[in-house]
Amino acid sequence: MTKPLKIVVLAKQVPDTRNVGKDAMTAEGTVNRAALPAIFNPEDLHALELALRLKDSNPGTTVNLLTMGPGRAADIIREGLFRGADGGILLTDRKFAGADTLATSYALSCAVRKLNPDLIVAGRQAIDGDTAQVGPQVAEKLDLPQITYVEEVLSYGNGEITVLRRLEHGVETVRGKLPLLLTVNASAPSCRPRNAKYLMKYKHAKTVSELQTQNADYTEFHRLRSYLNIPEWGVSDIDGEEEQFGLKGSPTKVKKVENVVFQVKESKKLSDADADVESLMKELIANHTIG
Amino acid sequence: MNNIFVYCETEKGKIADVSLELLTKGRELAKRLNCKLEAIVIGHRLSGIEKELYGYGADIVHLADDARLEPYSTLPHTSIVTGLFREEKPQIALFGASSLGRDLAPRVSSALKSGLTADCTSLEIGDHRDTKGNEYKDLLLQIRPAFGGNIIATIINPDHRPQMATVREGVMRKEKLAEAKTGEVNVLDVNKYVRDEDFVISIIDRHLEERKIDIKSAPIIVSGGYGVGSRENFDLLFELASVLGGEVGASRAAVDAGYADHARQVGQTGVTVRPKLYIACGISGQVQHTAGMQESAMIISINNDSNAPINQIADYSIVGDLSTVIPKMIKYYRANSK
Repeated sequence: MTKPLKIVVLAKQVPDTRNVGKDAMTAEGTVNRAALPAIFNPEDLHALELALRLKDSNPGTTVNLLTMGPGRAADIIREGLFRGADGGILLTDRKFAGADTLATSYALSCAVRKLNPDLIVAGRQAIDGDTAQVGPQVAEKLDLPQITYVEEVLSYGNGEITVLRRLEHGVETVRGKLPLLLTVNASAPSCRPRNAKYLMKYKHAKTVSELQTQNADYTEFHRLRSYLNIPEWGVSDIDGEEEQFGLKGSPTKVKKVENVVFQVKESKKLSDADADVESLMKELIANHTIG
Repeated sequence: MNNIFVYCETEKGKIADVSLELLTKGRELAKRLNCKLEAIVIGHRLSGIEKELYGYGADIVHLADDARLEPYSTLPHTSIVTGLFREEKPQIALFGASSLGRDLAPRVSSALKSGLTADCTSLEIGDHRDTKGNEYKDLLLQIRPAFGGNIIATIINPDHRPQMATVREGVMRKEKLAEAKTGEVNVLDVNKYVRDEDFVISIIDRHLEERKIDIKSAPIIVSGGYGVGSRENFDLLFELASVLGGEVGASRAAVDAGYADHARQVGQTGVTVRPKLYIACGISGQVQHTAGMQESAMIISINNDSNAPINQIADYSIVGDLSTVIPKMIKYYRANSK
């Protein structure tokens, strides 16, 4: 028999940078976040699935999400609940704002320490930054080993986990003793869809801030159903040094941001007519670009 | 003290291309800053490896040689790099943005509480004046596309050292010194840096695959984007590539849509290529993509949209459907090449 696990999944709400429309940039060249749909970071969904599979095979295991962001990031917790997670915490405070990866990792690690899990699972990277730094940095701050680029859990038992890692040029099978942190690749199995039963159960799951903006009738409804309360943690709820949070705790600074401008070079426009295509090919052969 | 360090990856005694590219860049930065370039190599059976590193400009080579250090594993390598950096206090530290470098560098940056910028496409030296009027001389300007490639950000680490950055393979040029030079070796006492707990993760099995698809060294690349429309439509690109003696590349959108394999991805999150001919088919030209191909000697774009951004960097833009244009190109080439 294996021991049930306490798993924390780190997840991020990100702007969907894969579908950037024309109105995504403001006239000043800054990002217009409001114009982009906010989604569950894709690789974090793979991380959630990996955690849920461990829950399926180890009865009694609990899966909790931890996300840091503004109030609307509570959507990430609800999405996780709809798919089978047991709960989640929204880490939200103005003092977290402006954090680079290091300050983000610091805040997350303080929250994880409070939750004291056996296993932390995160997506490899988020699509808005593509840095892949937060997973390893959280592990370092907690003084835990990390296993990155996990594709599959091959076995878990006796406090040890064996996983398959997908590297650029190959695969590795590695084993480690819990507690540790895994980051999960997009090549891992996709997340299961929302479950109708959980959707019904958790559709009214809300943070306190969300409840405050609602009809008072719901307060009593929520008081009787504690599983519908999504905890919000701020700086005062996690043990940490304030100077390590947010902008203050970020060693990297953005010096300059430029909207992307192409260097226009002399470009010849051609049509798809035979004559145009043939003259181009003739020129390419003549100047030995091809052939 | 305060030199530039490059972490050099090795696999069975061979130094990774990305590390040699970083040394090439590092020596340019060292010259600009009038400091030394130092390499750090961690692995097993490394004797003699310093000679190749001198050839790329390393003045000092730090070697940590121990059977337990190969293959790479996060914790012992982190302990050695952070320990050495605490002693040597580099001003700049560069890592490859490889599976290994992206596992190691964040861990090191967290341990040293210094900032790290991932996947830089350009590294320069410059001054900075912050909003409070503080002046900083000779900072490392770390330039990278952000936000899915829609903006280019310049990142700095004004107050923390080392200034750390990762760079993907192929982004910087790899160039040996014209004249051979020598340097000095510093053999590290491994046990001084690593702890027994650093070996808690065991590697049970390892399969390295030779890179089957190598678009980086192809002289001609026929690349497809989301506009190609399907995996089947990519066959046409394969045909043109095979006729011209090239390889097939793809944009991130095409790879995400499942039209092509990730190994073919060109751009910020794929490989950077500089072929003599790059034919972009159905690629709109987001920076995410163009960052990885704009230095191609010649760029031809085939796109239905005459206003596609890619046309602005293309030498020739053919406005039309690729299913019409490509067969014509193949037909003409077959009839007229030797």
